[in-house]
Amino acid sequence: MEAVIEIQHLNKAFGTHEVLKDINFSVNKGEVVCIIGSSGSGKSTLLRCVNLLEKPSGGKIIYNGENILDNKHDISAYRTKLGMVFQQFNLFNNHNVLKNCTVGQMKVLKRSRQEAEEVAMKYLKVVGMDQYVNAKPKQLSGGQKQRVAIARALSMEPDVMLFDEPTSALDPEMVGEVLKVMKELADSGLTMLIVTHEMGFAKEVSDRVVFMDKGVIAEEGSPEQIFNQPAQERTREFLKRTLN
Amino acid sequence: MSFEWVVEIISNNWPMFIRGAGVTLLISMVGTILGFIIGLLIGVIRTIPTPDRKAKRIFLKVINAILSIYIEIFRGTPMIVQAMVIYYGSALAFGVDMDRLNAAFLIVSINTGAYMSEIIRGGILSIDKGQYEAAQAIGMNHFQTMKNVVLPQAIRNILPATGNEFVINIKDTSVLNVISVSELFFQTKSIAGNNFRYFESFFVACILYFIMTFTVTRILRYIEKRLDGPENYTMYANQMQVETPEDLLRKKDNH
Ligand SMILES: Nc1ncnc2c1ncn2[C@@H]1O[C@H](COP(=O)(O)OP(=O)(O)O)[C@@H](O)[C@H]1O
Ligand SMILES: [Mg+2]
Repeated sequence: MEAVIEIQHLNKAFGTHEVLKDINFSVNKGEVVCIIGSSGSGKSTLLRCVNLLEKPSGGKIIYNGENILDNKHDISAYRTKLGMVFQQFNLFNNHNVLKNCTVGQMKVLKRSRQEAEEVAMKYLKVVGMDQYVNAKPKQLSGGQKQRVAIARALSMEPDVMLFDEPTSALDPEMVGEVLKVMKELADSGLTMLIVTHEMGFAKEVSDRVVFMDKGVIAEEGSPEQIFNQPAQERTREFLKRTLN
Repeated sequence: MSFEWVVEIISNNWPMFIRGAGVTLLISMVGTILGFIIGLLIGVIRTIPTPDRKAKRIFLKVINAILSIYIEIFRGTPMIVQAMVIYYGSALAFGVDMDRLNAAFLIVSINTGAYMSEIIRGGILSIDKGQYEAAQAIGMNHFQTMKNVVLPQAIRNILPATGNEFVINIKDTSVLNVISVSELFFQTKSIAGNNFRYFESFFVACILYFIMTFTVTRILRYIEKRLDGPENYTMYANQMQVETPEDLLRKKDNH
């Protein structure tokens, strides 16, 4: 299988606090990988290291056969290849829904307004938010905001989508609409790396599950294996705690 | 006081009052706009994240130090003294006899700039970290992030403070009479010096100052309201299956 992104010996420390220790894993094309683990285990930091919102302290991130940490790389161009969806949505408050999805295309990818709007409309339809193009973020519900945030990331037509607990900030009744969109994206063959606490969802959509504990990957495997026959004691502990 | 005197003073001197008020408005407007631009540049420079490269880092540190000296000095001294020092100082140092109106523009601009740069820096710092991260995550560099995402929000948020600076400038340009700029206070002083009716003359000036600040305050408040955009958005197409506009309104109100 062809790896889109490969992480090798990744370390991250905040001061003397080692948050990620020797992380190795890859995401293959078309694959959906879910990262689970208790809070504080370093899941967000890992995701943020992948798109360089945090600067890794050591290790390699291989994209297209090249280590993007070797300084010479155009970080901006690399980031356009990764779509990021945040827990707190982070829609641009000064732009309406359509502009949220076109501003990156126009300013970074230098697409024309017309092309950018066509692409944006295509993905706003995918997430079911195409009727809301004129709405400002503050006029939307949490679930709607997150769906727009997904469309904004998709509009850049990235190779991989990264999701950091996309439903954790939502009211319970809105979790479903976002997970439904993500499920459809997974089914469409999109490559996705998802940090989530929704175990049912992880079990259903992922090709591979990564369990993180205290800054290391404690266990990695198919959803059946991780959820039904976890090899590690700490994985069992974690699942017991979360599933109850 | 006699009401007749007020009427008399106005009818005899109204062109001077109007000219004085005009100059006051002009100086405060130019000073606020230029001060805003100075403040914007400085505010942006002072919020540049620390660069990785050492040479760049030291360069930025030096610039920041110079800028904070400027800010401290101009916020820490009265504008009336700044006016004297700049006007007479430039004559002494460079032998230039500055045009009084230009001197006024210069003084008010750099004075306002010192305040505005801190206001703008505060506005930039108050923007949620998530906005920067989202912009960076789609590949925007620092400049694109500032221009397209952060500054529009920061400027919108500091609009009230900017309006406030404008109103302060309308009032504080009166100190420029010490370098004989023909603004409203200076004109009133000349009028009163001729008719010896100090109270009545300055009563007229008082009313004019108030009309200016009151009008400007209302206009700015109106602009601010307009900038918030319409309370509701128009639907792109009538494809609403479940929700009606009333539902959306209610949902919005519940936020
Ligand atoms: N910017 C930061 N500075 C210092 N420590 C941080 C920072 N971000 C995260 N951490 C620490 O790193 C650890 C992992 O955090 P995080 O990656 O957010 O965990 P998770 O997403 O799994 O809950 C936590 O102990 C957290 O306190
Ligand atoms: Mg997290």
